[in-house]
Amino acid sequence: MGGDLDKVFKALAAPERRLLLDRLRAKNGQTLGELCRHLDMTRQAVTKHLKLLEEATLVATIWRGREKLHYLNPMPIHEIAERWIGKYERGRLRALAELKTKLEGDTDG
Amino acid sequence: MAKSQFVYVTFIRTTPEKLWRALMEPEFTRQFWMGTTQESEWKVGSSWRIVKPNGDTADSGEVVEIDPPRKLVLKWQNHLFPDLTAEGFSRMTYELEQKGDSVKLTVTHGMEKSDSEFIRKVSGGWPGILASLKSLLETGKSLEMTRHWPEGM
Repeated sequence: MGGDLDKVFKALAAPERRLLLDRLRAKNGQTLGELCRHLDMTRQAVTKHLKLLEEATLVATIWRGREKLHYLNPMPIHEIAERWIGKYERGRLRALAELKTKLEGDTDG
Repeated sequence: MAKSQFVYVTFIRTTPEKLWRALMEPEFTRQFWMGTTQESEWKVGSSWRIVKPNGDTADSGEVVEIDPPRKLVLKWQNHLFPDLTAEGFSRMTYELEQKGDSVKLTVTHGMEKSDSEFIRKVSGGWPGILASLKSLLETGKSLEMTRHWPEGM
């Protein structure tokens, strides 16, 4: 079942899974093989992490013939932001985030 | 498969029939889609457009495939910005699937062009619209920021 916030936070609680989301953000629609290519993880580990991300609906998949393509689904994170960030805070937070990026350099933290 | 593509999945506690109507009928779309309405005869090959509150066309295209209340495929061209219009047609798909007491809505929007600026731009708009649609169907209220057409656009 989707839309379960506990699953979203649990899925986000592992650095390996956040790394997979970063990879999909950089290039959306990758196959398992593509995702494994540049990672220091076994194929089995990547498969396991992707399954948890998919159950949390953070990753959406589409079949192209026999290939399964993985997409970053922004909806759960958008819902989290909607819930805890007020509409008037959004502009100020963006300005602060930009300032932080400028001062610290563009790193992924 | 499109070269630039985004996929959005959201679960909405409603029925496929109600969600299908909400995606197309003016009394719903006005509330969660920036005050816009959609015009089409909703048949394969018929034209389709998104109408701004002032009557101008925001986007237009054609119904490619329609299977109520399960699947809709549209050809979709933007008319708000000349550089985006110049990119030509994108392809947008809604897929609705009953999952327990909810409907899984999958929206796929892509274009046969690498690094499409249009797909990049709409990707910023879809999450807000879909979150507002979910709120409307589950609570009866859409989200404030999606109720009106943005000034100056």
